[in-house]
Amino acid sequence: MSESINHELIQSLTERFGEKIFGVNEPYGLLTFETNKDIIVSVLEFLKTNTVADFNFLTDITAVHYPEKKHGIAVVYHLHSMVKKVRIRVKVFIDEHNPTIPTLTGLWNAANWMERETYDLFGVKFEGHPDLRRILNMDELGVHPMLKQYPLEDPNRVDKKDEYFGR
Amino acid sequence: MNHNQPVYIDNDPQNELVTLNLGPTHPATHGVFQNVLQLDGERIVSGVSTIGYIHRAFEKIAEHRPFYQITPLTDRLNYCSSPINNMGWHMTVEKLLNIKMPKRVDYLRVIIMELARISDHIICNTIIAQDTGATTTFLYLFQFREHIYEIYEEICGARLTTNIGRIGGFERDFNDIAFAKINKFLKEFPIALREFESLLDRNRIFIDRTAKVAEVSAEQALDYGWTGPLLRSAGVDYDVRVSDPYSSYEDFDFEVPVGTSGDIYDRYLVRNEEMWQSLRLIDQALEKIKLEPAGIFHADVPEFYLPAKEEVYNNMEALIYHFKIVMGEIDAPKAEVYHSVEGGNGELGFYLINDGGRTPYRLHFRRPSFINYQMFAPMSKGMLLSDAIINMSSMNVIAGELDA
Repeated sequence: MSESINHELIQSLTERFGEKIFGVNEPYGLLTFETNKDIIVSVLEFLKTNTVADFNFLTDITAVHYPEKKHGIAVVYHLHSMVKKVRIRVKVFIDEHNPTIPTLTGLWNAANWMERETYDLFGVKFEGHPDLRRILNMDELGVHPMLKQYPLEDPNRVDKKDEYFGR
Repeated sequence: MNHNQPVYIDNDPQNELVTLNLGPTHPATHGVFQNVLQLDGERIVSGVSTIGYIHRAFEKIAEHRPFYQITPLTDRLNYCSSPINNMGWHMTVEKLLNIKMPKRVDYLRVIIMELARISDHIICNTIIAQDTGATTTFLYLFQFREHIYEIYEEICGARLTTNIGRIGGFERDFNDIAFAKINKFLKEFPIALREFESLLDRNRIFIDRTAKVAEVSAEQALDYGWTGPLLRSAGVDYDVRVSDPYSSYEDFDFEVPVGTSGDIYDRYLVRNEEMWQSLRLIDQALEKIKLEPAGIFHADVPEFYLPAKEEVYNNMEALIYHFKIVMGEIDAPKAEVYHSVEGGNGELGFYLINDGGRTPYRLHFRRPSFINYQMFAPMSKGMLLSDAIINMSSMNVIAGELDA
């Protein structure tokens, strides 16, 4: 069932947004696609209100850091349609030197803390967010610790070489 | 000084509001988190939540550990029902590896996960009662959490942070004492739960304190990302066990209780009914296990399932697999997977990206407490301080899950 819904969904999305929906695949049956940051809010709003499956529930917002890519930070959204029992994943790759993306707080209040967490850990600046402060770490931290360039432990230690531990 | 919170200046003689720091270690918050409240008499005018006091960077640590070493991290998310977290993580990896579990393992997992759910709900409901002034009920029911911990202890040796099971099943079969303890629990707990309900369900004082307090509509709950008993008490019948069955929950016959108004009394009733449903599930699982071939407690996947120690010392293949698993050298597909389970507080999600390395490239926990709790400050506006306290306990905010 979910396969045909996925097919319908991607059809209606490409009808509406055309070339700006790309990188479509279905790992483990979960429809995943990429889009651009300038249309992300309208894409998610379309998903929230469309008739094929109304994704009325924002499950999660997080980010992933790929230092070797040109656009090094992927902001990942998981949406869920409780009525049709379908999930969907939307990714937006943004420049890690200028990590800005519009906020989703206008669509879901749940986005507020999820975006604050993503800002805290990855430094993604959500434009238009009402209260974009750190949430888990202290204000004085100065870095966004989930970025890959920050090591887990003190890099000056000589007794634990990372290559021995698969890192 | 923590600059993470707004500083309220109280030296204005015209200012009639009082600033109150509720937390970080206030006995009524049942956890390490802070709320800076502005009070007008006993009414809350505004509030700011500060969390992160026990942030332990689990997502960062998880990027540096092989899969099987991440299980102890998940224990420490919602430590009131850690087996659900453990098994949620195991099932995520099994989904990534495309491992199908034998039915008996699924049913054993259901038993443990439902026991964990009961222990989680015991904590929440008895603490609502405690915060409304009914200490007796707290003491009556809380000892059964102890009995549940004894069952865990029989199965995995640990009580609170269980690290129960493994990727691919359990580390050993349940012994007879474990089954005897489960059966004893199934006999004794319903009596105590009925007694608990008879003390509170129709208790005038309890109803006056909880009914119509902190009402939440279904739309609001969905908007704020609520899941679990909180969302169900607002009238939305969303339960991951039903909508996206894992661990053979589709084989079971159980009901999803829903409330109507989302107030504290409804949340209490929903959690109580879920405990009854969990007992039903455990009963059915015990019956189903009798029909399955005995002695199966893990899937037959030697390349992913950590072998027993005596095997490692005496068997060449087991030694090789042991080494590969411990060093994170298993052949896992390069893929990303999202898996969610119904935790004690709602949808507990694991978003795992594997790039073929020894450790996950990225692991994100969708923590229900974190997402549920963000509504606390907005919904406290205009509420009495004493109501806000029971509102907080009825949200069952677990600091470990809040802060990761």
